Amino acid sequence: MPKIIKDGQVVDDSWIIIEKDFEGELPIGKLLLPMQYWLDNRDNLNLMCMGLWIDSDEEVEAVGHEANMFPLIAVNFPVFTDGRGFSIGRLLKERYGYTGQLRAIGNPIQDQLFYLKRCGFTAFDLKEGIDLNEALSSFNDFDTTYQGAVDPATPLFRQD
Amino acid sequence: MYIYNEQDQRIIEQRVEQFRGQTSRYLAGKLTEDEFLPLRLQNGLYIQRLAPMLRIAVPYGLLNSKKLRKLAHIARTYDKGYCHFTTRQNIQFNWPQLEEVPDILAELAEVQMHAVQTSGNCIRNTTSDEFAGVAQDELEDPRPWCEIIRQWSTFHPEFAFLPRKFKIAVSGTDGDRAAIQIHDIGLQIVKNDTGEIGFKVLVGGGLGRTPVVGSVIREFLPKEDLLTYLDAILRVYNRHGNRANKYKARIKILVRAWTPEVFAQEVESEWEYTKETPGKLTSEEINRVKGFFTLPSYETQDDAAEEQNLTEFAKNNIAFGKWLQRNTRAHRVPGYTSVILSLKPTGVAPGDVTDTQLDAIADLADQYSLGEIRVTHSQNLVLADVKKSDLIELWQKAKSGGFATPNIGTLTDMICCPGGDFCSLANAKSIPVAEAIQRKFDDMDYVYDLGDLTLNISGCMNACGHHHVGNIGILGVDKKGEEFYQIQLGGSSDTNTTLGNVLGPSFGRDDMPEMIEKILDVYVENRKGDELFIDTYRRIGLSPFKESVYSKEAHTSKTTEPDDA
Repeated sequence: MPKIIKDGQVVDDSWIIIEKDFEGELPIGKLLLPMQYWLDNRDNLNLMCMGLWIDSDEEVEAVGHEANMFPLIAVNFPVFTDGRGFSIGRLLKERYGYTGQLRAIGNPIQDQLFYLKRCGFTAFDLKEGIDLNEALSSFNDFDTTYQGAVDPATPLFRQD
Repeated sequence: MYIYNEQDQRIIEQRVEQFRGQTSRYLAGKLTEDEFLPLRLQNGLYIQRLAPMLRIAVPYGLLNSKKLRKLAHIARTYDKGYCHFTTRQNIQFNWPQLEEVPDILAELAEVQMHAVQTSGNCIRNTTSDEFAGVAQDELEDPRPWCEIIRQWSTFHPEFAFLPRKFKIAVSGTDGDRAAIQIHDIGLQIVKNDTGEIGFKVLVGGGLGRTPVVGSVIREFLPKEDLLTYLDAILRVYNRHGNRANKYKARIKILVRAWTPEVFAQEVESEWEYTKETPGKLTSEEINRVKGFFTLPSYETQDDAAEEQNLTEFAKNNIAFGKWLQRNTRAHRVPGYTSVILSLKPTGVAPGDVTDTQLDAIADLADQYSLGEIRVTHSQNLVLADVKKSDLIELWQKAKSGGFATPNIGTLTDMICCPGGDFCSLANAKSIPVAEAIQRKFDDMDYVYDLGDLTLNISGCMNACGHHHVGNIGILGVDKKGEEFYQIQLGGSSDTNTTLGNVLGPSFGRDDMPEMIEKILDVYVENRKGDELFIDTYRRIGLSPFKESVYSKEAHTSKTTEPDDA
């Protein structure tokens, strides 16, 4: 089973990503639906066991406050240098109060874990072949941060 | 000067360890070339033509003698004994070994320096006015605000992978010495009708391929709201900036496509959500940072008597008089002055300094200027707090050190990028052009007669040499593998920022000094009284220059006239 990093640990993962151009009958299992697929078919979907994934060029506002309908929302990083996902993560957490699992998918790299976590991500699907246990150390790159984000929310100048 | 507390120090030390780990993973083949690229760039490390180049941050251009001595040590130990000051007040080493970079960063951390975000698609070093805190025309010292921005932008988790690089400049004066109109964000400290201090906010300025003068998107931003408003601008840009084409990825392209009005509305609506969040500055924090930039304890001086002395000395010493006139600036405290050390003697690449010179400048700073040194965006250094009574002695020492060339603000005080000699982006060399022009115009009386004039040279359209805003701008271009140079006229980066106009077809390198001479001749023939080059140009336009440079006669003489005319 594929492995991901979730809440600071390496765990098995069984979510299936449904591609954007998917047609036909959805497979059985825990599915990550493309945001647009959900928007187009929302009246006919049974959302039990379904999560959503948002691409970096999509407007997270389309999900907005409905985010908490989903136990898992993933944000795609088509290339790791596409930094739009960092803003999407913060908006989901800070503006729309999302409390479920927020996962970075696509091609994030180990060296982004610290920033991703600060932007509210709790799960990370890194590329195959990476030693995930070794990668965990990057969460501790810094123990002090200047500006507020999701974690921690308070800028250094307001901390005691 | 801002002094790190324990937390600031720990952040910088942890950065060194982070980069050490990344470098060893790269060398062990665990990080691909593509993955390592943005990581090393965000530590200022380029892979260049001859060796890696390491760019060190000098936040808002402020250094002290301890830092300077450390830089001298690094130049000696890890490089070939010199370094280069850039047009963004930073420092570059041209010959470090990749494996040694973590050690260099560790050495820098010892003196509260780093290479954080000096390159890459992130928020870069914030720049400012080299006379901040001592200028007579200043509304408020911009440096505390630069430091507040430095801390906010350092390892900002949301904005480390922007569409493109992002540069911020802050000015505390009406007359702009920080080139805020050609930055992604320009902040000018202003006072509103009720006497409160805040910022006028400009966005979308920049040079490069598509030079644009920034647009004002907010006339007055209350000071407590600085960081939340910057967050809003950056978020709009991070989400909507062009990521498909790197030549269209700067914020200026987005601002232009949307219009500044629409961009401003987007920022305002984003800001509505965030302005009352914990990112809002507290007066405690503002005062804490301002506390590092209080006025030093100046001695009481008899200004009139000192002026008298200097005038007397200058009467019998023309060289000193020229230096006094060109290389010193008014100070807000009577009896004090600011001295500009020229890094532009003929025969040295503009902005280059040796390790011995760095040590010597550190000594001068300790002896004459409270131990502080500033880097200017025109690649010179400033001793900001010099007693007029020390000027003659300082001048003598600066002269023997090789940085008293009395050419500040003149033709030979050129801004020049490292160009094709070092930079792998460059299309053409720029240093030899600068040198050829300096050699041609070695008659200082002629240069003084020309008065204030900026000549800026870039080796490619990335415009590190700010050629668009030079009164005379030179751009290196590549035509089928050969180096040519295009001339632009009429640029200016002062309060009235304008972009230069292309004169016409480009020239070979050997022709450049002569073409510059023709341009200067047109100016000298047409100027009225004390009119500066830029003013004459604005009055008479491009045509007379074009006619002279491209006339048939000019063309024949180009090949026949001896080079040292």
